[in-house]
Amino acid sequence: MSDIYSNPIGHWVVIAVAMTLLLFVVLTATAYTVWFERVALGRIQRRPGPNRVGPFGLMQLAADGVKLAFKESFVPEKTDKVLYVAAPAIAVAAAFLAWAVIPIGLWYNVQYWIADVNVGILVVFAVSALNVYAIVIGGYASNNKYSLLGGLRSAAQLISYEMSLGLALVPTFMIVGSLRLRDIVEYTVHWGPYVGPIPLIIFTPVGFIIYLISAVAETNRAPFDLPEAEQELIGGFLTEYSGLKFVMYYLAEYVNMITVSALAALLFFGGWFLWVVPPVFAFLLKVVLFLFLYIWLRGTFPRLRYDMLMRLGWKVLLPLAMLNVIVTAIILVAVEG
Amino acid sequence: MPDKDKPPEARPEHPTPLRGRDEGVPAKPEGQGTSIAADIGALTKGLRTTLGEFFSPPVTLEYPEEKTPRSERYRGRHYLRRYDNGLERCIGCELCAAACPVGCILVIAAENTEENRISPGERYAKTYEINMLRCIFCGYCEEACPVQAIVLGPEYELSDTSREKFIYTKEKLLEPLPPDVQARLDAKK
Repeated sequence: MSDIYSNPIGHWVVIAVAMTLLLFVVLTATAYTVWFERVALGRIQRRPGPNRVGPFGLMQLAADGVKLAFKESFVPEKTDKVLYVAAPAIAVAAAFLAWAVIPIGLWYNVQYWIADVNVGILVVFAVSALNVYAIVIGGYASNNKYSLLGGLRSAAQLISYEMSLGLALVPTFMIVGSLRLRDIVEYTVHWGPYVGPIPLIIFTPVGFIIYLISAVAETNRAPFDLPEAEQELIGGFLTEYSGLKFVMYYLAEYVNMITVSALAALLFFGGWFLWVVPPVFAFLLKVVLFLFLYIWLRGTFPRLRYDMLMRLGWKVLLPLAMLNVIVTAIILVAVEG
Repeated sequence: MPDKDKPPEARPEHPTPLRGRDEGVPAKPEGQGTSIAADIGALTKGLRTTLGEFFSPPVTLEYPEEKTPRSERYRGRHYLRRYDNGLERCIGCELCAAACPVGCILVIAAENTEENRISPGERYAKTYEINMLRCIFCGYCEEACPVQAIVLGPEYELSDTSREKFIYTKEKLLEPLPPDVQARLDAKK
């Protein structure tokens, strides 16, 4: 494997293949995440969820996709047409870019990644921050007051929670001493007879909780789905979008959801290491559990009021995240001398 | 009268807000929501509830495959009945058409003759049509009929592809009743 990477042509071939595979896998995963969400939400509400198209409704997303693809490509009057079309494209591009640096353990000695960047997690944050542009531009370009309000809310929300999201992970980097996602997953402890990787949540439980809450807010998922808010803002920034442009936003939302679930698994739960379970299945299991957690939260909690959202972000999570960094630093210095 | 329409001296110095910050918000019960622990307790209680529902079976009745039981007296589509010897019950008296509150029944009667005996009475219904788009399924026609010729059956899935198909003609109305309904009517007499 390492030989092929040192060969310049082989390197590019591997990357091209990996990128194609990635697109296919992530798109399929997204489709089934939507299916999973609809079924799980249905079960929470004692409904069966989609079960008509294909066995267990598994082809539902194909049917929805075909329906949306055949819709008229509609652009409202008096909008900024370039921005209106560009915004959903930014959303999808940003969502997929994050996957460039996410490594996955496929088998015991085989790992997959497209770019093994030594500041991997920073890249993820950098591209996920682009998501705010997609929403604000989409809201602004729609020439609709609900869209604009959704976009403004989103700008405030994403900027507020990005800080606690980043700070929540700082203790992890301090313990591991690297921003490379592979290094964090493979962080090895020597505890008496046990030598091997551990779930880092043992060291940073507070960081994990802050990450979890901020990640829900970052992906605009319920109960932090204020930008969309279909009941009060009739869809917020999505109001004027339909057909394939709507699909792009929708796709981006679910890809982001999978991204933060995968990151939670990688950063806090030892990625693809899980006792004797083969790595790829261990990783999948963890991601699916996190996805379920997101759906569970959506099925349980009502949307936060705007001032509550801001209070939670600035007065609770941000100070807590900072305190977490300081306390971890003190403990690290005390332990390592 | 809004404040801004009053002369300046009549305006209150501090305009009163429509509602105070916590006004109208019900007071929290004792021992609840007073600490972070209680708040987290409330959140976990919610999560426990939804998880419990998640693992409970759905209550949905999958309609086209499963149907709710109907009452024996359910009023669905109409049937015209025959006697056991094959003669039509309807004697063309038009009492059903008279009883119908929406006037959806059309009966045109004709005389029975020795060669052409359709019903045991003097007359029979040459034309019998019901406009199902107008019918409100009140069952007054069934009550009005002196010979129990018209009855409302159990079928309620009556959708069709054109408005013309909703004019049920005598031919269609004379279709045999579902066996269970027939048995029940037989038991009544």
